[in-house]
This record gives sequence, structure tokens and C-alpha cells, in this order.
Amino acid sequence: MAVKKFITGNFYDEAVLFPAVKKVRRAGYKIHDVFTPFPIHGLDTAMGLRDTSLHTAGFIYGITGTATAVGFITWALTIDWQLNFGGKPFFSLPAWIPITFELTVLFAAVGMVLTFCYLCQLAPFVKKDHFNLRSTDDTFVMALECTDTTNEGEAIGFLQSLGAVEVGVQYKETGWWLGRYDRDRKRFEKKIEPAH
Amino acid sequence: MALLRYESQVRPALVEGGKDYHQVTEDICRPVEANPSKLWWTGFLISVGLLIFGIISVAMEVTYGVGQWNLNKTIGWGWDITNFVWWVGIGHAGTLISAILLLFRQGWRTGVNRAAEAMTIFAVMCAGQFPIWHMGRVWDAFFVLPYPNTRGPLWVNFNSPLLWDVFAISTYFTVSLLFWYSGLLPDLATLRDRARKKWRKMFYGVAAFGWTGSTKHWQRHEALSLVLAGLSTPLVLSVHTIVSFDFATSVVPGWHTTIFPPYFVAGAIFSGFAMVQTLLVVTRKVLGLEEYITIEHINVMNKVIVLTGSIVGIAYLTELFMAWYSAVPYENFAFFENRLNLNSPYGWSYWIMMGCNVLSPQIFWFKKMRTNLVVTFFMSILVNIGMWFERFVIIVTSVYRDYLPSAWSTYYTPTIWEVGFYMGTFGLFFTCYFLFSKFFPVIALAEIKHILKRSGENYKEKMDEIEKESMIEFAEHHGHDHGA
Repeated sequence: MAVKKFITGNFYDEAVLFPAVKKVRRAGYKIHDVFTPFPIHGLDTAMGLRDTSLHTAGFIYGITGTATAVGFITWALTIDWQLNFGGKPFFSLPAWIPITFELTVLFAAVGMVLTFCYLCQLAPFVKKDHFNLRSTDDTFVMALECTDTTNEGEAIGFLQSLGAVEVGVQYKETGWWLGRYDRDRKRFEKKIEPAH
Repeated sequence: MALLRYESQVRPALVEGGKDYHQVTEDICRPVEANPSKLWWTGFLISVGLLIFGIISVAMEVTYGVGQWNLNKTIGWGWDITNFVWWVGIGHAGTLISAILLLFRQGWRTGVNRAAEAMTIFAVMCAGQFPIWHMGRVWDAFFVLPYPNTRGPLWVNFNSPLLWDVFAISTYFTVSLLFWYSGLLPDLATLRDRARKKWRKMFYGVAAFGWTGSTKHWQRHEALSLVLAGLSTPLVLSVHTIVSFDFATSVVPGWHTTIFPPYFVAGAIFSGFAMVQTLLVVTRKVLGLEEYITIEHINVMNKVIVLTGSIVGIAYLTELFMAWYSAVPYENFAFFENRLNLNSPYGWSYWIMMGCNVLSPQIFWFKKMRTNLVVTFFMSILVNIGMWFERFVIIVTSVYRDYLPSAWSTYYTPTIWEVGFYMGTFGLFFTCYFLFSKFFPVIALAEIKHILKRSGENYKEKMDEIEKESMIEFAEHHGHDHGA
């Protein structure tokens, strides 16, 4: 990851943000991200993000749990150590349903949360750069990534014309690093100017 | 992402007072950022005191053995398992509110779900204490886990409801914790970004896992919440079903009943909602959150209480009918002599149960009662007393006179250490709840903001149009006004 140059604009109303996102995309700018204090339905579609496959991952984890439970209990009670419980068959599947179900849920839930944290790069002591601290309070922050051909002034003017306020240029680290939020130390101190 | 979105056509505004996003943040973060009040300290210290009493009681039990409790030959389960079932039941309302009501698209849940989920986690923590310490040799507690051991390896009995319970309760705790904490992440990030003090920046910085509010992250977060809700819904039903199997699969009159699973689940939701009411009636007042946890919320939850209370009532009557209809003398004796007969040693507990659980909630048919805070608070306590007695009745009145009259026990009363253990779990529960209400937002910030503008009519119509419009349609409408 590296420090990149962004043009950021703040929005205070979803009704202004939505058309702005669409117009920015249509104009050919690359939207790095839009940071919002709560989920805004339809924004992912408007930004052209593909749907998440987290559900599929959850399903696979769940099936793994089912297979683990059935496989392990079958092995333990029919092969490894056969125990006679009141003359019942060793392979007594109905009695294993509760544990099989619980392990299915457990595997799916734990797996999905870990996958979610991995995909979003979330963990304790992970630190990331923020464009605007108010984006977790009441502001929707749009960040456009500057490329070699981006005309800064034009882009700023364009964002302003779409209803963005406090539009400006920011240099931000796009990745994460280990750190604490009460310390200002950054991974990269040096600002890198993109070549023109 | 439109899956989670639904607005009721008939319900009044969920958040009162015409707030904007920033005001919501301010209102909900204020109790977290202000210094704790004297009231908080008083409550907290009382809870810690109870917790210490509980720790001493448990220490007595571990040091001198389970004989410190008044359990005897036929009453192998007394207060401990009663309390276990009671606490697990209380936990169920939190999952109901956070998961089942999410799937049913009940917007009002956003005001209360965070506190209710926290309640679930603390209640399950308390519940777990009882079977663990009841083991006596608690240092061997890990024997319940199927790990490769030097005794064969001899595996645990996967056919036993008691082992199902181990898996059910530990899964329930884990999934509830994950669901609760993943929902908390964005709100902790809000607190982190508002923090002024150094320790706050550090604490919430670590706790928020580096959440930024990126659209892609929100998209995944929504998917995660929805699937976790979908998983928790059958999970919560399975947990109390399995708890009821502890009894229902045995051949003890009074326990050997096929109606137990639905009856236990209904009872769990009933007592859980009562506990949510107890906590929220106080929390909304003390933290000044009346505009978020409105009278309408209290009203709706009281409706759930009268519904589930009546289901439980039907279950009691069904049990009596089945005991009579079976014509089994032992069943008849358990229900009509040990329970229904007020002159039998424990007859009084059956009638406390009936009075608190079936009769008293019927006053919630009246809206005036449902919206009265004092009545609600009083009733919530009453329901929880009733539900405690339900478990006491099921356990003790079924086992204190078994098939062999010579083994009929003397009158069972708990010792001070049994009571102390129970009080200790109250201490644990309220210590956790007080800490939670001090350091975490008791209302789901992001979720409240999400529903905030939905109730505003003018806004809704405008947004509907914008959200439905596809990129191509949009291009057609605005094809010529791009600025670059």
C-alpha cells in the first residue's frame, strides 16, 4: 500500500449523495470510496460494487460444520469406541441431530465473522487513515482517487457543483498498519506527489 | 442491500423529537462520555457486592463439596438447575429481538436490540455458571469436551441431552457474542472518532478494529448481520428446545412430556421480554433516552408478553389435561397432588407460578396498562418471579416424591450458599450491565440513523425514486449535464 492523492468532498444528505455518485462515475472519475456513518441501501449498486459473496462463504462453513459433526460422531461412536447405550444401534443418527445442528451454526457464524474481518481488514490494533472523522457521525465522505491525468481544479469544481462541501485535496495511506489511535505515528511520514 | 429495509405503514415514528444524525450521535454518546452519576456508582457497587457474595458462596461449595447445598437423594437438581434454566430463558428475548425481529422487518427493534443482545450475553454467562459449579469437581469440567484423552480415548456420550446442552449453550453464547460485537463495531468507531481523552482514543481505537465506514464494508456488514440473524433464529429455538430435552427425555412424571420444547421456548421469550422491560424502563429514564426507547416500544413489548404469557398458560392447561387423559397414576399424582393441590408441600409454588405467569399478564390486554411505566416495571418483576417458580415447580415438584415412597424426601429448602450463588449471578449480570451501559452505546447508533429519515414521508418518496433508478435510466435522465 502506499500514500495516494485524493480529492474528497463531504455530503450531508443522501438525496444529494446518490445523484452525485452517479454523475461522478459517469464523468469518468474513479471513486476510491464513500464513507458513511450507517449503511445506505443502494449506494453499493450506485457505485458499481459487485454483490458480496459472504453468504456463499457462510454456506460453505456451515456445510463444513455439518460434515465435521456427523463425521466425527460417526467415527467416535461406531468405529473408535463402540458404546452400548441401552441396546440402541451404534449409528444412532437422530440423537446426533442437535449437536450436528449446533456445530453447523457455530462453524458458519465463526467462519463468516472471521472472513468478514479478513476481507475488511478489521482487527484489534489495526489503524487506518481517515478522510474525515465526521464520517462516523453525520457526514458522507466521497473520495476520488487522483490519477496522472486528473485535473485537480476541475475535479474540485465538479464535486462542488454536485453539492459537495469542504472539497479539498488529501494525501492518505490506503492500507492499514498496526498502531493505536491515541498515537499519531504513521507508517509513511513522507508525502508522495504523483508524477504529472 | 435493500433486504433489510421495510417501513411499517401503521406504526408511529420510531424516534421522537425530529432529530438529525448528529443529534442522535450526541444523545446516545452522552451517557458514555459523561462521568458516571452517583446513581450509577450506587447500582454498580451493589452489584459488585452481590457478585462478591456469589464468589464466596461458590468458594464454599468448591471447598466443602456440593453437600453445602441442600440437594438430597431424590432432589438432585434444586435451585441450581432452576436458576440455570431461568437465566438461559431470559437470554432468549435478546436474540428474538435482534434476530427474529430483524427477519420479520420490525423496525422498532433498533431502539432496543443492542441492550437486549447485551442482556442475552450476560444472562447466558450467568446460566453457564450453574451446571459448571454443580459438577462439584469443577477442575474436571473439561471432561465434557470431546478431546483425545488418555482414558481410551473415551468419548463423551453424544446421545445424551446433557451433552447437547454443552454444545447448545456454548454455541449460543459464541454466536450471540459475535452478532453483538460485529454490530457494535461501527458504533465503537463513532465513539473513537469523537474521543478527546487519550485513554478513550486508545480503548475505542482498539475496540473498533479500525472500522472506517467504507461502502464495501457496510455491504459486507449488512450481509453478515442478515446471515447471523438467519442462523440465530433457529439457534435460539434449538437452545431452549435442548434445555427442555434435559427433562423431556427422562422417564420422570412431570418431565416426560412432548409439549416441552415449544412450551419452554414460549416461556423463555416471555421471561426474557420481562427482563428487557425491567432493564429498559430504568435505562431509558436514567440515561435520558426516552426519545429512542419510546412508550411505543414498551407497548409493543408488553403485547409480546401477553401473547407469550398466554401461550405458556395454554401449555400449563395442556399438561394438566394430558396427565388426566393419560390415566397414568404417576402422572396424575405429579400434577394433581404434587402441584395443583394447594395443601401439598409445594402446592403454593404452583399457584404462584399460575398467578404471576398466566393471570397477571392479562392486564396487558388494556392499552392503558401497556403504556403505563410503573405497571410495566412491576409486571416485569412479577413475570420473572413467576417464571422462576415455573422452573422450580417443574424440577422440584417432579422429583421430591418419586416412585418409591420410602425415598420421599424431606422438605427441600436452599442453604445460604445456594441463595448466595443465585444472588451472585445477579451481581455478575448487573455488574456487566452497568459496565456495558457506561462504556458502550446502549442503543445501536448506526441502525437508529438508518431508520431515522425513513419515517419522514417527504424524504421517503424522494429516496425511493432515486434508489430504484438504475445506472442506465439515470444516464438517460441526466445524460447531458456532466461537468467533466
